[in-house]
Amino acid sequence: MAKIKIQKKDIWIDMTPMSDVMTLLLCFFMLTSTFLTPEPIQVNTPGSVSEVKIPENDVLTILVSPEGRIYVGTENKNNMQAMMETVTDKFGIQLNGTQVKHFREDPMVGAPLKSLQAYLNLEPEKMGEAIQKLGIPLDSIDGGMSEFQEWVKAARQANEDIKLAIKCDAKTPYKVVKQMMNELQDMNENRYQLITNVQAASEE
Amino acid sequence: MAKKNLSKQKKMDTRVNFTPMVDMMMLLITFFMLATTLAKPASMQLTMPSNDENVQKEDKSVTKASHTITLYLGADNRVWYIAGLPNYEDPTCVKETTYGAKGIRDVLIKHTVEEGYNPVARIMKAKQELDAKKSAFGSTMTDEQYQQQLSKLKKGELPTGKIETMTVIIRPLDTATYENMVQALDEMLICSVDKYVIDKIGPEDQALIEKAGVK
Repeated sequence: MAKIKIQKKDIWIDMTPMSDVMTLLLCFFMLTSTFLTPEPIQVNTPGSVSEVKIPENDVLTILVSPEGRIYVGTENKNNMQAMMETVTDKFGIQLNGTQVKHFREDPMVGAPLKSLQAYLNLEPEKMGEAIQKLGIPLDSIDGGMSEFQEWVKAARQANEDIKLAIKCDAKTPYKVVKQMMNELQDMNENRYQLITNVQAASEE
Repeated sequence: MAKKNLSKQKKMDTRVNFTPMVDMMMLLITFFMLATTLAKPASMQLTMPSNDENVQKEDKSVTKASHTITLYLGADNRVWYIAGLPNYEDPTCVKETTYGAKGIRDVLIKHTVEEGYNPVARIMKAKQELDAKKSAFGSTMTDEQYQQQLSKLKKGELPTGKIETMTVIIRPLDTATYENMVQALDEMLICSVDKYVIDKIGPEDQALIEKAGVK
């Protein structure tokens, strides 16, 4: 009886070329990467043909969610702390060591002053969740400057050359944007960078 | 015979198993791919008029009626425009258009001023020529020179002579979205319109657009 003989083959695959390619890719990604700065909320910026790059330093990002919640933040932690000190001093808020530490770890300011302490007392894991329901109020305090304006003013004090970058969700109603810009205009802050996605000009 | 046995060396397999290393690399690559932003977002420069009353009065420049276009951005991605100065008595001067090449851009390009030319079309043509000159083979134009010439073009100083440029007033309604505003600003960039402003809707405008059915 003829038996079909199954040939036993060596199933060893040479992984060397693959690992070569992988190393190259890895090097590429490690060198080109700029890490995503964490943001309290995810926004989808609208597309535009403008290709002007955002400067890397001295930028105060104003983040506006589709619901109109406003957050401000800058990449320089020392500026952030200086801002916090200016604003808390003005409103007589005393923060303890843990609260300051939590503030420094937070990427952006987003809590109204009256709940700032309670927010900074939370565990860091819960802060990320809580901040999504907060936001800096635009209402003026006793007819004077609003909390939002105070933060921007403090940022300007902390760093003279700071530029304002507005990162706004495409679906945000213009009403909110108008109110925010109006408050900035009242403070004589008239130049902004609107953060957008690069997109080719549509032809239809 | 015994001698031969002694000298025989053991042949070792020198192949190293790379699979764990490749596994780890894959993981690292996935991590970096997810954690990075390859396409850095761009930005758009915007200068708003100052709210300061004193500054506003000094800076008010007068443009000819036919050199003005007003855009009203409304709800549901709808957009209206007025060519020339708004006639507050006659709501029919408000016409509806769309965003994009067949809408606003077309209106801007085809707009003819009282002197009988289309400023936007002429500036865009001059810009195309400038772009061609820059990207031509052997071109020695630096970015700085290009920007300088481009800003001259945008001010209406064409190689064939100076023309008066257009002024576009963008008035977004409260019902418009932020995206609409960016779309409108985008058309200004595409059409090389240098003078544009985002303005509020005053009581006169409000009355006019209500009559014209803008919402």
